[in-house]
Amino acid sequence: MRNTQRTEKIAFSLLFLATLIVVAPVVLILLVIIVNGIQAISLEFIFGMPRDGMRAGGIFPAIVGTVYLMLGTAFFSIPFGIMAAIYLNEYAERNKLTRAIELAIVNLAGVPSIVYGLFGLSLFVNFLGFGVSLLAGSLTLSIMTLPVIITATREALSAVPKSFREASLSLGASKWQTIRHIVLPNAIPGILTGTILGLSRAAGETAPILFTVAAFYLPRLPGSVYDQAMTLPYHIYVLSTQVPNVSPKIQYGTILVLVGMIFILNIIASVIRAKFRSRKTW
Amino acid sequence: MKKRIEFLIEKLIFFSGFASIVFVALILIFLLKEGLSLFREVSITSFLFGTNWYPISYPPQFGIVPLVLGSLFVTFGAVIITVPLGIASAVYVAEVAPQKLRNILKTGIELLAAIPSIVLGFIGIVTLAPFLKTIFNLPSGLTALAGSIMLAFMAMPTVVSIIEDAITSVPKSYKEGSLALGATRWQTIYKVTLPAASSGILAAIMLGIGRVVGETMAVLMITGNAAILPTSILQPVRTLTATIAAEMGEAVSGGSHYYALFAIGIILFIISFAINLVADIFLHKKPGKIKKKK
Repeated sequence: MRNTQRTEKIAFSLLFLATLIVVAPVVLILLVIIVNGIQAISLEFIFGMPRDGMRAGGIFPAIVGTVYLMLGTAFFSIPFGIMAAIYLNEYAERNKLTRAIELAIVNLAGVPSIVYGLFGLSLFVNFLGFGVSLLAGSLTLSIMTLPVIITATREALSAVPKSFREASLSLGASKWQTIRHIVLPNAIPGILTGTILGLSRAAGETAPILFTVAAFYLPRLPGSVYDQAMTLPYHIYVLSTQVPNVSPKIQYGTILVLVGMIFILNIIASVIRAKFRSRKTW
Repeated sequence: MKKRIEFLIEKLIFFSGFASIVFVALILIFLLKEGLSLFREVSITSFLFGTNWYPISYPPQFGIVPLVLGSLFVTFGAVIITVPLGIASAVYVAEVAPQKLRNILKTGIELLAAIPSIVLGFIGIVTLAPFLKTIFNLPSGLTALAGSIMLAFMAMPTVVSIIEDAITSVPKSYKEGSLALGATRWQTIYKVTLPAASSGILAAIMLGIGRVVGETMAVLMITGNAAILPTSILQPVRTLTATIAAEMGEAVSGGSHYYALFAIGIILFIISFAINLVADIFLHKKPGKIKKKK
């Protein structure tokens, strides 16, 4: 008996150690980014144009580019994603076709990001003639974000109790009226959370935008959806591998801005989720 | 009027439902359209089994064996690290850790998933590579091993969260039965809970591999980028994904190099398709799966 207890103690300690090996580097990485990045942050860095071959000045065009790209991605992926989820959760029957759609979603989620880059280059940039542009980049990222939004929305929809729908239908509301006035309003917080998380992930992606939107150096703001744009992730890539002698201060500063943006979005998403949970009445 | 709008909306919803299938098909079609053009100039065997990747020499050679081996080396290393660590952390988080610690650990793992790969790549260059260079006394720390470690770390959130789900969805009665028979918690975990969760664990490993094979930017930055036949994990390598990212910028649209990079894309698409299909099958045969708690 003694022995088994000792084994258990040792086993649990090892498990704890393994978890520590996984989690501790995350904390260290974030600390390194914050400590080194915070020194670079200034009004000029955030709102200024890059100078001296990107070795000085600010990163404003990259910040704006990333924001535009996220807005574009949201514009295409949110309506599509929500409608697809409504179809799967409210209309679809359990048959082979539905299973095929589900498999397609799983596969969209698994396609490597660089393959999305190839696809965007071939379809949007070349075939449809959008060129290397915000439009092509947003469309590429939208398709990539779609599975995240569909999955999150579907989960939010299926969390709305069946009795809500039945009550509405029994009062004579049509199927769409029920969805529009009963199901969707109750699912909105969950949909928002999932959507924000999906978009925040898109904001950090580099591979899909390499050949579809990213500009190496463009010290002005994009003027239209057919314009190229600098973006934060690609700018980090450029600063860390393509331009020699960039001061670490600027590299870490750019990283801090990107990671900061993503974390703020994540925090907003968890606040919405927490608020919703506390207010949930069923 | 209202009826008509409703009709239109429902049609739109139906259409959006099928859109995912359309997109998967479009991706495949456009990859094939560009990638297959390569084989008008180069034979499939010399592409698949050629050992030289010299895309800009004259005549160019497009043998992907060095790239496939690069991906294999990096993936294999990553899997060896991720599987034990991932299973151990998931077990600890799901079964052992006290509630408060569990929440902290879970947040930590979620944070890891939120850090973009380009950022991890940069951190890898400035911390991991110099570290490996010193311990193994190498000319450069940018090696397959560095890529493996980095990727193992990046696959962790996927692997841990799926295994954790699998563990928590093992029916409580299994564990209670085991504990009631006098087994310790540890005995219950490795003799009852883990075997019952095995298909979820396999799915997690598959999806982890998918994540590793498809990862691009961090790998591009940290594996040293040498498209040569690797013989050791302490050498620089070049993966399939990194090759596309690194070379598409210079490839002339419509040239054989451009087509060759799309042909690599086809291979990546097939690999990810197969992995996700198998993982999905594992996930759907979870024994005694209880409806996931919200």
